[in-house]
Formats: sequence, structure tokens, C-alpha cells
Amino acid sequence: MKTRSPFTDLIAFFGALAIALAPYWRWLVFCLVLLIVLPLPFLVKNFFVFQLTLAMIYAIAILGLNLLTGFNGQFSLGHSAFYAIGAYTAAILMDQYGVAYYWTLPIAGIVCFGAGFLFGLPALRLEGIYLALATFALAVAMPQILKLSPIEHWTGGVQGIVIIKPNAPFGLPLNPDRWLYYFTLAVTLVLFLCAYNLVSSRTGRAMKAIRDNAIAANAMGINLSLYKSLTFGVSAFYTGVAGALGGIVVQFVAPDSFTFALSVALFVGLVVGGVGSIAGALFGAWFVLFVPNIAEHVSKGLAGAVYGIMLILLIYLMPSGLAGLVRLVVMRFAKAAR
Amino acid sequence: MHMHKYLIPALALGLAIGAAGPAAAQKKYDPGASDTEIKIGNINPYSGPASAYGTIGKTIDAYFKKINAEGGINGRKINFISYDDGYSPPKAVEQARKLVESDEVLLIFQSLGTPSNSAIQKYMNAKQVPQLFVATGATKWGDPKNFPWTMGWQPSYQSESHIYAEYILKNHPNGKIGILYQNDDYGKDYVKGLKDGLGAKAKTMIISEQPYEVADPTIDSQIINLKASGADIFFNVTTPKFAAQAIKKAAEIGWKPVHIVNQVSSSLGSVLKPAGFENAKGILSTSYGKDPTDPQWKDDAGMKKYFAFMDKYFPEGDKTNALSAYGYGVSQTMVQVLKLCGDNLTRENVMKQAANLKDLEQDLSLPGIKINTSPTDFYPIKQNQMMKFNGERWELFGPIMTGATGS
Amino acid sequence: MELFLHQVLAGIATGGIYACMALAIVMIYQAIDHLNFAQGEMAMFSTFIAWQLIQWEVPYWAAFFMTLAISFAGGYLIERLIMRPIHNAPILSHVALFIALFAVINSLAGFIWEYQIKSFPTPFGTHSLLGEGLISGHDAGMVGVTVAMLVFLFLFFRYTRIGLAMRAAAANPESARLVGIRVEWMLALGWGMAASIGAIAGMLIAPVVFLEPNMMGSILLYGFAGAVVGGLTSPGGAVVGGVLVGVIENLAGTFIPYIGRELKLSIALALIVFVLTVKPSGLFGRSVVHRV
Repeated sequence: MKTRSPFTDLIAFFGALAIALAPYWRWLVFCLVLLIVLPLPFLVKNFFVFQLTLAMIYAIAILGLNLLTGFNGQFSLGHSAFYAIGAYTAAILMDQYGVAYYWTLPIAGIVCFGAGFLFGLPALRLEGIYLALATFALAVAMPQILKLSPIEHWTGGVQGIVIIKPNAPFGLPLNPDRWLYYFTLAVTLVLFLCAYNLVSSRTGRAMKAIRDNAIAANAMGINLSLYKSLTFGVSAFYTGVAGALGGIVVQFVAPDSFTFALSVALFVGLVVGGVGSIAGALFGAWFVLFVPNIAEHVSKGLAGAVYGIMLILLIYLMPSGLAGLVRLVVMRFAKAAR
Repeated sequence: MHMHKYLIPALALGLAIGAAGPAAAQKKYDPGASDTEIKIGNINPYSGPASAYGTIGKTIDAYFKKINAEGGINGRKINFISYDDGYSPPKAVEQARKLVESDEVLLIFQSLGTPSNSAIQKYMNAKQVPQLFVATGATKWGDPKNFPWTMGWQPSYQSESHIYAEYILKNHPNGKIGILYQNDDYGKDYVKGLKDGLGAKAKTMIISEQPYEVADPTIDSQIINLKASGADIFFNVTTPKFAAQAIKKAAEIGWKPVHIVNQVSSSLGSVLKPAGFENAKGILSTSYGKDPTDPQWKDDAGMKKYFAFMDKYFPEGDKTNALSAYGYGVSQTMVQVLKLCGDNLTRENVMKQAANLKDLEQDLSLPGIKINTSPTDFYPIKQNQMMKFNGERWELFGPIMTGATGS
Repeated sequence: MELFLHQVLAGIATGGIYACMALAIVMIYQAIDHLNFAQGEMAMFSTFIAWQLIQWEVPYWAAFFMTLAISFAGGYLIERLIMRPIHNAPILSHVALFIALFAVINSLAGFIWEYQIKSFPTPFGTHSLLGEGLISGHDAGMVGVTVAMLVFLFLFFRYTRIGLAMRAAAANPESARLVGIRVEWMLALGWGMAASIGAIAGMLIAPVVFLEPNMMGSILLYGFAGAVVGGLTSPGGAVVGGVLVGVIENLAGTFIPYIGRELKLSIALALIVFVLTVKPSGLFGRSVVHRV
């Protein structure tokens, strides 16, 4: 028998471990994550709790985009528009009609589902780059539409709407930041689990079949237009819920909050997290939220350039996003174990 | 054990102060202030579509370096922490919270833009942290009753408009006014101010209002509509790029109205020169400060000080940039307030001193323009003087005027 | 009626800007089969180079052609140094790379040349040609140069070996390689040409909108609109599309009561979506048939 170096042994050991635990690894990771995120708000400063909450919100929005792009092959640069619709729905309901914040989430989601479904119908005829441009148009037009004077008494026009931050219910000993963190965490968990179930369901398989080969999928009896518009709707639902949460947490909505730059940010989050990876959305959100801060820390005058260079390096390092890199590493370990 | 080391001198110091009598006030600090340092937070768009304004943040940073090099304020160095919000309100909220809760600054100074400041105003007031001398001219920043922790600095857009209304009513009572304005809070504030100032005559005098979006590449179409409307007074409420375009286009299509351009775009160097001096001749505007590109201030003492500062502390910056001059001016006010605070560096006292400025004249203020505030008056600069461009430089004319503020 | 005519004329003048940009977009789409979101920023940067040369007292035309050469080299280098290493990455990663390029170029330009607007000279003069200054010498010159570029590109792509090779390399790299075309070379060449055309567009647009790091943001948007309306595969369509967008935008802003003025841009964008749904490959574009 050939002697092997201790290093290869080590790799083989971890590889074997990974394979042995493979059936349960999702649950293991899940428990580990819970163990970290549950006590976190009590360990860090409030503003960091706020940032983490924002990161989860972006993760939901990126997940929404991912359902559309990663699992259905439709490309959108217009998700800032759905985010805006969600945020404004929540803000108007709370500000004008006194609706409780937790009710605004499903309503915002449903409104966005409708908007997404309707936008998905004409967009059905479009593919690839043309769909990207149609959604791009939507993203660019949205801030203008929000400013429109006939609807100013709802939207607050250019001034936007200020929202009051909700307090923890039932007299829980939590400050509003911590409460919103747990609230958002719960919403995030539910939505991510739903997404997992969706993509592994029959519907999810149909979605992916359309992504991989629309003509073949059609030949197999999958109703293309129904599934494509439905996916658009579900994707908008996720992003809309994220928008509503974002409005509540930031306590302010205004047209300038939802420019095309937001669409770009979500898109970048999608790519660096990994297209077609549900967990990747979390890393994408982390990137969207924190990398600009790091960039400006390096240089104020060249903040944009530093951000761009970091993005370029990241794409070189992992052309298929973090999820792609992880997949690659796991495969290497598995190979070594054999 | 270690406590004694500090306690004893501190006690001794306390006794010494006590002995010195009531004249020497007790040292009082809120987060962000200490015997050696004052932490000042700031939010500026260093990236994104409004990154031109990043110059203000950089100038302020340079100015505080100068103050520190000269010994600081009452012996304390300024630690200026400035963050980028990319002109995005949610990002501004994030950065404001970081400044207040993590960096623990004494106050936030010169946060820029109406959307960003609107987003953080409620938070700042709930936290009772001063949001001082914000970099926007919206009228809502002077509302001490509802927002006692927020204060503006420059003359409000509406008060400036009132001055134009007064001028129009006096000199062109039968004029027909056409307005080009940016379709946001800034543009709408100006339009509202003009309408308020014209009063009952607004309805008949204003015959055309043309909005444009920041995303519009050109405003040619709007200028053609204004000319076609038959307006003979042109109220130009635009940011520098669009103002230059409008001045040039109006000249190109042979439209020669009485042309009033808002203060935002009255810079000789960054608006009138690119638009062409020959096209800009006769344009009216107002000002409260000296334009660094205007030759008439070449030998002015205040201007020389400004130039010397730029050469020494911000040599990579462009000293003809109106935004640098602005940053210089507003930093002087901030320093003055901190000086007045003495050793009582609590947030409450900062607001108290900021609301207690009396006849403050600055290096770059026009002669006669003074900063005044009081607990009920949160508009530091209220005065403006009208001016006319003679083809080479601005000619100031008429009295120093105070436009009505707020409504 | 007079107002209508004036708005149409002004729309053509503004549309000329969009057409110019749309042409550059279509050009790179033909050469590399992607839409380059950083294209506007590349054009802006080239224009700044020209401006700098003129500041150094290089005569206009010399600066013009030097800028074309520098831009060509720049585009070529971007392809070789930045795009090449991730050639095999998914398309979406390419798009993210374009976004990164956008951020880098924009930020660099601001760092080097500041954000204050600068006037840029025009070789055609600003005297009025038509309709009381609505079409100036510069506007006419811009349309003229755009048409000349169009003819040049048409001939280049249809009749020259290298043009045909570039099209082949973009449309079907595998087959192109088999018939002996150096695909990598062609892609880099395409980037270089697109950068040069962008530079021309930038230098023609800057005298109208003034030169500053963010000048191309909204123009790129309208350029996309023009290119899409005309059809991404048709340079002629892009030019017609650009002018159409300019005219329709002006007319909508002027004649649709109440909301027209505020929704000028949105109406132009709704038009794109409408055109796309009726004719998914644009007015003049070929529809692409996929082989299964």
C-alpha cells in the first residue's frame, strides 16, 4: 500500500466526514446558523443589529430575484420597482389607514405578486437581453411614477413618507431594533424555507425545465406562459415583502430610495452569492450592504473605483458566485476522499 | 487601585476650578466630547449620481485639519468622521446610526441632501443628537418647535424666491413668467416660494411651468415650450449642468427674457463660463457669499484667507469650486459654535449655542450679511443681495434683503 | 402647429445624441454579443481624454484622432486584461463585471477631472441652421457624422474580410474558429472599435450636455431605448430608433396634458416595452431562430 501524506489524509478525513454528514448537512448548518443569529442582537451594538436586519431584508429581495433568474432563467433589472411598490404599500397602509405593520407584509406581497404577474405577461414574449431592457425601463420609470402629482396625497410626492417604528409586542423586553431583528429573522426563515420547498417541488422542476430548455419543456407539456408569469409574480412577491420590511425598518420611504442603483445592487448580490443558489442570497446581501462601506473606508475619493475593483476580484475568484465556489470545494474534497 | 491615580489629580483640578470662582464653568461632556477631542459626524455622497457634492465633505475635512494644526478648539482636536451615503436615504439612515451609536459622535454636521436629511431627521431628534447646519435649502429645516435638534444653514429656497417675487412685482408688474424647475423637493420649494411671494398675482403672472427630471439628458424641449408660451420673465430653477444648458439654449434660439437663475447655479466658474459669458449677460440672481471665481474679490481679505487655506490644506482641490467655498463658510460657523460652547460640550449646549449666534460675519459672506439665530429662529442665514451679470462679473445691486421664511 | 414643428426639430436634434449612442451600443453588441453597461462611461472617459489634450493645446482634429486611437487601445486592453480571464464565466458574471467597470471608470474620472461641468468645443459651430436655432451647425454635424459612421460600419461589416470575421466570431465562435478565424483577436478588435465609436459619440454629445463624469448616465439609457426600438441587430435601426425616441419624448412631454410633462421619460420607456411586446426583436431587427 502506498503511503499517503498526512495532508492528503486530513483532506480525506474531512471529505469522508462531509460525505457521511451529507444527508443531514442542511440541518446541521441550519442549527449552527440559528445558534449564532439568535443571541446576536444582545452581543452587538444596536446599529449593527439594524445593519443585520437590513442584510436579511436584502437577502429576501435577492432571493426573489434569484427565483426568477436562477431558477427560471428570466433576467430582470427591474426589481427595485417591486421593492418600491412593497415599501410604498406598507408605508401608505401604515401612514394613511393605520394598518398594523405585520399586516402590511402579506398585503405588500400580494400587491407585488399582482404587479409582477401583470408585468410578466407582456414580458413573456421577451427573452434574454430584451427582457432585461424592458425591466430596466420599469426600474428607471418607477421613481418618476412615485413622484407623480395626482397621487401625491398618498405617496407624499418627493418628500416621501415617514413611518413610526413598531415596538415589541406583549411587553417583551426588547428594544425596537432587536424586536425588528427577530421579526425579520422569522420572516426570512419562513420565506427561505418556502423557497427551498418551492424549487424542489413539481412546480420548481417545471421552472427549472423552462430555464434549461424552454422548447423541450413546452414539448413535455409544461405551460410556459403560466409558469413564467407565475414565477415573475412569486419573485415580485418576495421582493415586495422585502421592500415592505425595508420601509418599516428604515422608517422612511421616498422615490430616491428606489432608483435603478437598487436594482443594480440586487443584481450584484445575486451574482456574487451565486445564481441559482438559495443560501447564496445571504452572502450576496452581505456584499451589497458591507462592501460599499469597506470601499469608502479605503478611499473616499475613489470609493466607486475600490468597490468596482473588489467586485472584479471577487468575480475572478469565484466566477459562479460563492455558491459556485463552495460547490467546487465540496467536489474537490469528495474526490480526495474516494 | 488604579482609580486613585486619576482620581486625585481630578479632585485637585476640581478644587482648583472651584477656587477659581464661578467664572470657570464645570466641564461637561456628552458622548463624542472629551478633554482632548470633539467627534463630529458627517454624511456626504462621495459616490453615486450626486458625487459632485463630495467636494464639500473633503473641504470640511481639510478645514478641520487646519483648525487642529492651529491648536484645535479650546484645546480639543476635532475628529471628523465622514461617511458616504451615495445620495440614498436608506444608506443615510444606516450611516447616521453608525455615527451616533458606534462612533458616538457629539453631533452630525452638514449631512447633505433633502432626501437623506428627511430620512434621518426623526431619528436624530428622537436620539437628541444635533443635526446641525444641514446642506440643503429646504424650508423645513427651521422648525425648532417640532424638530429642536435640526438646523439649516444657507438661506432657504423659499426665502430666496420671495426676493425674486418682490423684484418682479416692483420692476415688471405686468410680466409673464415662465418657470423651468427640477421635479423634486428643491425645485418645488422654489416654485412655491415664488407663488407665495407673488400672492394673488401668481395665477395670472405665471403662464408656464416646465419640470424636468435629473435623468433628462437635455432640457431643450422645455425651453422651446417656455419660449412658445410667450413668457418674458424666465425663472430658471436648475442645478449647474442644466442651468448652463438652459442659458446656452435660450441664447441659441434667440429667446431673450428677463432671466433669473437660482442661487444654486449662480457660480461664475461652474455655470456661466461653460454656458458662455456672452450668453449669460444680463442674468439676475442673488447671493449671500463671495464667488471665488469673481475677479472683484481678488484682493478681498476674507477671500485671500480662503485661498491660503485651500493652497495649504486642500491643494488637490479646486479653489474656484463654489462647493469648496461653501464648505469653508459652513465650517467656520461650526467652529464658532464649538468655541462658544467652551467646556460645556453637551449636545444640549451645542444646540443652545447654535441658536444663539449674533451678527456673525464670515470670511466669505458678502459685506453686510450676518448670521443670526435664536431659540425660535433656526435659519442662520436669511439675507441675500440681488446681483446682475455684466458679462464679466456679478454686480451687486439694491439693499441686502431678508426674504420671508417658512409658511 | 409651429410649436409642434419646433418640438419635432428639437427632438431630432436631441434624438441625434441618442442615435449616436445607440449606434455605439449596437456596434458592440454585434462585436461581442453582449450589451456593455460600461459603454457610456468609456465614452465619457474618452471625451475627458480629448478635453485634456485640447487643454494641452493640441488642435481639435489632432486631439480627435488621437482620442480615437487611445480609446481603441483602451478598449482592446480592457478586453485582453479584464474580460479575457473570465471568458468562460456565466453571462451574468460578465454583466456584473460591466457594472464594476462602470463604477471604476466613473469614480476615476471624478477623481482625476473633478465633477464641475466643462464646456467642450464643437468643430461645426453653433450658428443657427434651421428653425431659429433649433437645428444648429453642431446638431447637423452630429447627424452627419452619425450617418457617415453608419455607412462606414455597414460597408465594414458587409464587405471587408475583417468585418465579416468579426461578425462570425461574435455570432458563432465555435464555427468561426473552425474556419480559421482568430476569435480572441476579433473580440478584442470589437472592443477597440466600440470604444472608438463611443469616443466619437462622447465628443459629439459633450458640446450639447457639457462634460462631467455623470454625463452619460441618462444618455446611455436613451441610447438603449433607441437601440432596442430599432432592433439590436440593426445599426440603421438604432439610428432611426434613437431619433424616434427623441421626437416622441418631446411630443409626449408637450402635448399630453397634465402628466405628460412629469412622465416624459416614462412615456418613452413605455414605448420601448410596447414595441418589444409587439415586435420582440425591435422594429428593424432580425428575429433570431434557435436551433434545438
